[in-house]
Amino acid sequence: MSGTPKQDFGLFSNVLPSTRLRWKGRVEFVIEYLIRFAGLSTILIVGLIFYFLLREGTAAFLDIPLRQLFGNRWYPIEDFFGIWPLIVGSILVTIGAVIIALPLGLTTAIYLGEFAPQWQREILKPLIEVLAGIPSIVLGFLGWVALAPIIQQMGAPTGLTIFTGSLILAYMSLPTIISISEDALYAVPKGFRDGALAIGATQWQTTWRVILPAARSGLVIAVMLGIGRAIGETMAVMMVTGNAANIPVLGPDMIFQPVRTMTATIAAEMGEVAQGSLHYSVLFWIGIVLFVITFGINSLAGRLMGTQAGRRRKGQL
Amino acid sequence: MSITPAKIAIQDVYFTYGDGAEALRDISLDIYEKEIFVLFGPSRSGKTTLLRLLNRLSDLFEDATVRGTILFDGQDIFDYRVNVAGLRRRISMVFAVPTPLPGSIRDNLTYGLRMAGIRNERVLRERVERSLQQAALWNEVKDRLDKSAFALSGGQQQRLCLARSLALEPDVIVLDNPTSGLDPLSTESVEESLQDLKQRYTIIIVPHSVQQGSRIADRAAFLLDGELIEVGKATQIFVEPQDQRTEDYITGRFG
Repeated sequence: MSGTPKQDFGLFSNVLPSTRLRWKGRVEFVIEYLIRFAGLSTILIVGLIFYFLLREGTAAFLDIPLRQLFGNRWYPIEDFFGIWPLIVGSILVTIGAVIIALPLGLTTAIYLGEFAPQWQREILKPLIEVLAGIPSIVLGFLGWVALAPIIQQMGAPTGLTIFTGSLILAYMSLPTIISISEDALYAVPKGFRDGALAIGATQWQTTWRVILPAARSGLVIAVMLGIGRAIGETMAVMMVTGNAANIPVLGPDMIFQPVRTMTATIAAEMGEVAQGSLHYSVLFWIGIVLFVITFGINSLAGRLMGTQAGRRRKGQL
Repeated sequence: MSITPAKIAIQDVYFTYGDGAEALRDISLDIYEKEIFVLFGPSRSGKTTLLRLLNRLSDLFEDATVRGTILFDGQDIFDYRVNVAGLRRRISMVFAVPTPLPGSIRDNLTYGLRMAGIRNERVLRERVERSLQQAALWNEVKDRLDKSAFALSGGQQQRLCLARSLALEPDVIVLDNPTSGLDPLSTESVEESLQDLKQRYTIIIVPHSVQQGSRIADRAAFLLDGELIEVGKATQIFVEPQDQRTEDYITGRFG
């Protein structure tokens, strides 16, 4: 009715000049800006990291011819700054780690997601989290004390080899691979499982022919992120790969030779170089190369994840 | 019914989920060969649970306990020697939500056959065509068998799932509310194909509604809160039910 006074439900009380409300509005404002600042600061920090890497690394890039920079000899004392052996070292150790971690991680995820009874899942999952939480230096120590002697006894000239590094790295990337691929398996619609079982597939046939193909892109991402984790690892690798900056001789015993990775080089030599020297700048240059590699891997994983999400939205996984 | 042996004999079956919820209590009923047996009742009355027991998809529920026996052609399906995959090929199931598998239409139909060890291309091709025709889908998809199964409409997907079951040439087809997501026309074509299929298969179905149940049933059973209230011929149970609760449900007084 037009005659009745409007009832106030508090809907317009925000514009009323009440002190309490004005105070409330200010708190709201401050909190919002704190959150916004926290969020944006991440971007800022990444930007700064990249800026400093570039600033410190460009000297190497400008002063040393590119051919020598990617040359075969890393003798910084004699001004040979060829980072090729380091790149090869990193790649070999990482490939080895993936070859070990991939089957182990995928089968674990499949077991956890498709076969394990509830009580085993409840034990295994926290254990995997624990594995993820072990500091890399501890794993490196383990490799140094326990693994290296065994490998030497197997006949390698030294226990500190590509293989040792790969094993340790494999164990470090396992939690990543397992938990992400388990998520991927979990995301497969339940109907696929029911549908396959209902037409007489065994559990393994269901897993192999239906679940795994459906989860394929998620599994690829798991592996990519596992690789990303492995290639950036420093301490453990530094302790167990022998740190010899040479390119392993191609051959059957190749994996039992020591190498030095990019990360280990930076960590080992950064403390000894004069700030601003060419050597110092080259170490940053290695950092840039490493950054580009991991960035490439991560964005490829992200791209794959994106296409997967897009396809799922279209309902055709 | 005369003394024909039951195709499926459910005897004193109890089913309790892992969380202690009792889904089925003391169910006993016989299902005969080549009939359409309708299981109806309000939601949460145990229909789906009972269906999933028949082909042991109930195995997927961890910590659930089953008591009683279910005989399929006189054999106890819970015997530890039973080949569960084989059982599911003979008692094949279609779900309420269409569950096409990733891959082409043809892949969907041949998955089960290949897994059963049938590799002969000629046999596979024959089965694909026959099962699609039986599910009244052949004319719509014959030119695009290699297209993704997800490109089909909901009704087509559901008939594809029916065809997928039929391709296995099972003895029994179990359908859990197969027309839930379908429009009236698709529903009609599924119902019609069921009448044809009855010539060859035993069909157990949870209908979308009491009306649908009464349209297609030879015999029917009414479940309520996990208990079997009444079972009998369709002409009897939908027309003059013996139990007051059945009558109340059919006439729409609850449910």
